[in-house]
This record gives sequence, structure tokens and C-alpha cells, in this order.
Amino acid sequence: MSIEIHAKKCIGCGKCAAVCPGSLIAMTKEKKAQIRRPERCWACVSCVKECPVQAIALFLGEDMGGLGGKMVVRREGTLLRWTVRLPDGSEKTVTVNSRDANKY
Amino acid sequence: MGFQIKTKCVDFLILGGGTAGCWAAMAFRKACGGSVLIAEKANIRRSGCLAAGVNALNAYIVPGKTPQDYVAYARKDAEGIVRGDLLLSMAKGLNSAAQELEKLGLTILKDENGQYAVRGTRNIKINGENIKPLLADAVAADAGITILNRVNVFSYLKAGENRIAGALAFGIDEPVLYVLRAKAVLCATGGAAGLYKPNHSGFSQHKMWYPPFNTGAGLAMGMLAGAEMTTLEMRFIALRCRDTIAPTGTLAQGVGARQINAAGEVYESKYGLTTSQRLYGTVMETAQGRGPCFLRTTGISAQQEEELFKAYLNMAPSQTLRWLESGKTPCVADVPIAGTEPYIVGGHTASGYWVNTHRETTLRGLFAAGDVAGGCPQKYVTGVLVEGEIAAKAAASYCNEPFPDVSAQEIQDWKNKLEVILNHSNPADASTDELEAQMQTVMDEYAGGISTDYACSAQSLAAADKKIAELQTQAGDLHAADLQELVYVWELRERLTLCRAVIAHLAARKETRWHCFAERTDFPDRSADWNVYVNSRMENGEFRVFTRPLVGEEICYEH
Repeated sequence: MSIEIHAKKCIGCGKCAAVCPGSLIAMTKEKKAQIRRPERCWACVSCVKECPVQAIALFLGEDMGGLGGKMVVRREGTLLRWTVRLPDGSEKTVTVNSRDANKY
Repeated sequence: MGFQIKTKCVDFLILGGGTAGCWAAMAFRKACGGSVLIAEKANIRRSGCLAAGVNALNAYIVPGKTPQDYVAYARKDAEGIVRGDLLLSMAKGLNSAAQELEKLGLTILKDENGQYAVRGTRNIKINGENIKPLLADAVAADAGITILNRVNVFSYLKAGENRIAGALAFGIDEPVLYVLRAKAVLCATGGAAGLYKPNHSGFSQHKMWYPPFNTGAGLAMGMLAGAEMTTLEMRFIALRCRDTIAPTGTLAQGVGARQINAAGEVYESKYGLTTSQRLYGTVMETAQGRGPCFLRTTGISAQQEEELFKAYLNMAPSQTLRWLESGKTPCVADVPIAGTEPYIVGGHTASGYWVNTHRETTLRGLFAAGDVAGGCPQKYVTGVLVEGEIAAKAAASYCNEPFPDVSAQEIQDWKNKLEVILNHSNPADASTDELEAQMQTVMDEYAGGISTDYACSAQSLAAADKKIAELQTQAGDLHAADLQELVYVWELRERLTLCRAVIAHLAARKETRWHCFAERTDFPDRSADWNVYVNSRMENGEFRVFTRPLVGEEICYEH
């Protein structure tokens, strides 16, 4: 279970490293976020949500049947736009308004 | 590497800035205006159980129901082994806690009359993706609350045999030994994951129900300090969506999905509907060749499915990712389910510190709330908040006492011990990771893990205890290359302490009160002789286990 950090997109703000509940993310000398022990990630996606430039994506490990989809989220006001990019390049998006409660 | 000693003195020290800790900090400020310090291993913005969010408040007194009804529900679910006084005092505060959360900015679904929309008979629906940042922001807005992020609390400080005087912590980023002195202390460090071999053992080993970063620190510290514990044998095992270990309640309660076996038969009614029975049914259907089991979701509407995608994004995004990447979405494919490994978590079952009605432990000045506090299951978010508030109000009575003394020699001894782990040049044969894996395998195979369908016996528990004791010896030689590794060494030692306590409790309850949670092959039936609490206290390095009579809701329990 883990996240993937896109080094080129990372702007070095350090928000992900600060917030990770497992203290798993460190900043390199080049000011890039790096996950140290990916197998220790809980997949809480705190870092995915904190990242202001969608440089961090959630994926499901192959050992739990993951198929290579990468999920990021973009915050637009009260909206959270979750996008899954599939290995074939196609994308699926689900938008959640944080002012709307869960219906179930 | 050498540690620099820094001392901080506050009226109220809170260990763990999760749900209970943040709420207690604010409640203490309201109660007496005294100073508060929250010591947190990570960062309170997203630490604890609610890091990923939550999509319902599962403990709420809905119109037409009373707090006593909630007590009755929790008592039935726990087959009688609950503290009535704790449950009732919690239940009375559930609704005002929900209202306070709404004032902080939490979105709660309303019906056409402006009342909270109800799910089932005890739940209200929310958008809780941001619940932890809301709590953290509220705490940060109060200058009287100091937040010490990224410190690992590892031991209580005692003044004499029975009075807590604070705690010790080390920095994760800097080699600082923090001496945290306080008039009163709240333990809110959460329950324990990682004792048992989890559902996944490879790359996804931490894809589990409970936060893998909750290692039972506060429970182990309490045991070593001589605090009394209760009902650790009532382990919690969650029934979850297979692989992603995402919640099933949203499917069961939200879209009415029933539990079915491989033949499509609804089996829940055969086994009963308590939390442990729902799990037991799934285990038995599979063991008897009728698995795998599912939640029947096929046939739900496209709109329902879209709402499920959103609901899971607000608490367990892995499940939505799985649906979207596989195309096996809930309206076309039933959702496979499985039991997790066992956890020790007092917010769901009744394990934890033995407390009085005011949530004070048997050590004077030490309070417990949330997943470390025993006797009071089915707390969920709102119940944890109420406990934090009750504890904080009682802790306020310590404000006028002087700071209890601490021993300079004890602090120096701890400093030396930490430096030995960091600096010694003769590392142990095994690594922390290897010992952790061995511990989880021992617990899995001998102390009722997934591989034995959660069952154990006197013989298997005796074998488990022997093996865990051996691992404790090996863990005593571990070396840490840096401060983060020092955290891992400490977490392993805490888990090993807790494992031995859980084994002692499982061995003591000579019946099967709850299927799966405490399943004894040598005592397969329930017995009226065991309508008691199983409690324990560490004495001279060994757990002394004893029983106490049940406590009802009519009394105010004092130690």
C-alpha cells in the first residue's frame, strides 16, 4: 500500500512530510519529498490531500490486487476533484463537495 | 549521539493529539483555564484514527431513543461485559458533542426539517474528510495549548508509588529528551495495531483497519507503571471489504447490503447480529466450504453507486480507487468481505485502562480517554469526545495542587538507556523488522490470529507466552541508527509488552464469551461464572490477573 511522489512536480513545500501520521516522508537535499518506507504507508492519503500540485498519487500494491491506477486529488474551493489515471492513459474523476454530507 | 534535556511544566499534559486528546485539551481550557501541552508522535493535523476521515457519527441518540437505550445496545453487543457507569455517562454527552463538532465546521446531513438525518438507529451522516484538520485548527487557535509535534512519549514519570508526575519523550527530529512535568496527565495514545500478522504481509502490510502507527504505547507505559487494565482479552476484529480493508458499515447500513455466501445465501440470521457474530458467521461459512463471502450490492442504482464512491473517498479512498481501476463497481459486482487481524482498541470493545467514572486510572493524576480507556465499548467519534471532556473536567481539580516531584536520577538513567540503544556498537543479530514479523507470526498461530480462525487454547497461549518472552529478551539488544529507528525499537518493545498482557487475559477467561474476539477451543461455551471483568496489573515484571464484579450504571465508581 503506498504513494508515489512525482519528483519533477514536487515543489519542495514539505507539507506532506509535516503531516504524514507515520513520519514516513522526508525532504531530500534537493528539496524533494521522498517516501522512506513505502511498505509502512497506511494509505490515509493525508499527503495526497495536502500536496498543492498533485505530485503525490495513491496506488494499490500488486500484492493486494492493484492494477496500476494512480489517484490524485485537486482542491477547488469546497470541491475535491479525485482523478484516477489508469495504465491505458484514460482517466476517471469523482467530485466531492465537502459541504455535502455522505448520503449513506 | 547525546540527548539534550529540556523540561516543560504544564497543568495538564495530554499524550496523543488524536480525537480524544484534541477535545480534552479544549475541554480543560474551558473548565479551568489552566495550561495544556499535547505531546504527539506525528502531527495533530492528521494523526490518529481519523487521518483518512470518517463518514458517519456512529454514536448518537436519535429521536425516540434514550442514553439508556444506547447502554443496552452496547451491553448486548459486548455480551454483558461492560461498565454501565461509563457507558451511561458517555451516552448522555453524545449529542452535545455532535453539535459542538458542527460548530467547528463539520458538515452534518440535515433532513427537510433541519434535523440531523439519521442512518439506522444510532448514526448520523456527515462529511468527515476534514474532521481532524477541524479539530487541530480549533486547538491551535488557543494560545493556552502548546502542541509538541514529532515527539515519542515512552515512559511515565511517577512521584512515589501511585502518583503520576508527567512523562518522558524524545524528539524524532532532534536528540532532545523532553521532561514533561504536569499536575495531571491524560493518556490518549490510542489502541494497538500490529500485534498480530495482518491480512497482507508483503508490500501492503500496513493496509489495515486501525492505524499501524498506533502501537499501544500508552497501554504498555501504563502496564509498566503498575496501572490496572481490564478486558484485554476482548480483542476487536473488524469485518471489512477484502484487500482494501475498507469499512463495510456504509454498504450494510447505507444501501442495505446483506452478507451472503458463495451460493448467494444470506447467512447473517444464522449466527446473530452482534459485531462478533457478524464476523463469526463469515469465518464459519468460509471454514465450512461455503465461502468466499460477500456483501450483496449488485443491482443498486447508478446514483447509489456514485454516492458510494464519494462516501468511501471521505474515509477509505483505496476502496473507490479499487472500484474505478478494476471496473468491478458495486452495482455490477458484490463486494468480497473478510475479517482483519485482531486489535486492542477500547473505542470498539472494552479493553484498556481500568478507570473510575471520572476516567481516572488507578494511578493518581493519570486519566484515560478514547481507545486506551476500558469498560466502555462502542464509543466511536462522539463517545471518544465525551470521554475526553469528562476526563479533562476531572483533571481540572488537580490545578491547585503543586507539581509532583520527579527524580533527577531516574531522568538521567533514561537518558543513558536511550543513548546506549543509539550508540552501542554491537548490534543484535536480528533487526526490529525481523523481530516484529516473528512476534506477529507467534501471535497469529498461537494466540488466535487469522490463520487459526481466531481460536486459541491454554496450551497454545502458554506456547505463545514463552515465545514472546524470548523475543522480549532479543529486543533488549536492539540497536538504532537514528531517532526514527529508535521509535521503531520502542514500538516493538511496547507491542511485545502488550502481547504478553493479551495472552494472559485470553488465558484467564475460561469460556468463549465472544466468538472470534476471544475464542477458546478448550472452553467453547459461555459460562455464567465469567460474568465478571478480567483485570490485570503488572507486579515485579509479571502480570497478575484477577476478576472484579460487574459495575452497573446506577453507581459512581471509585477505586
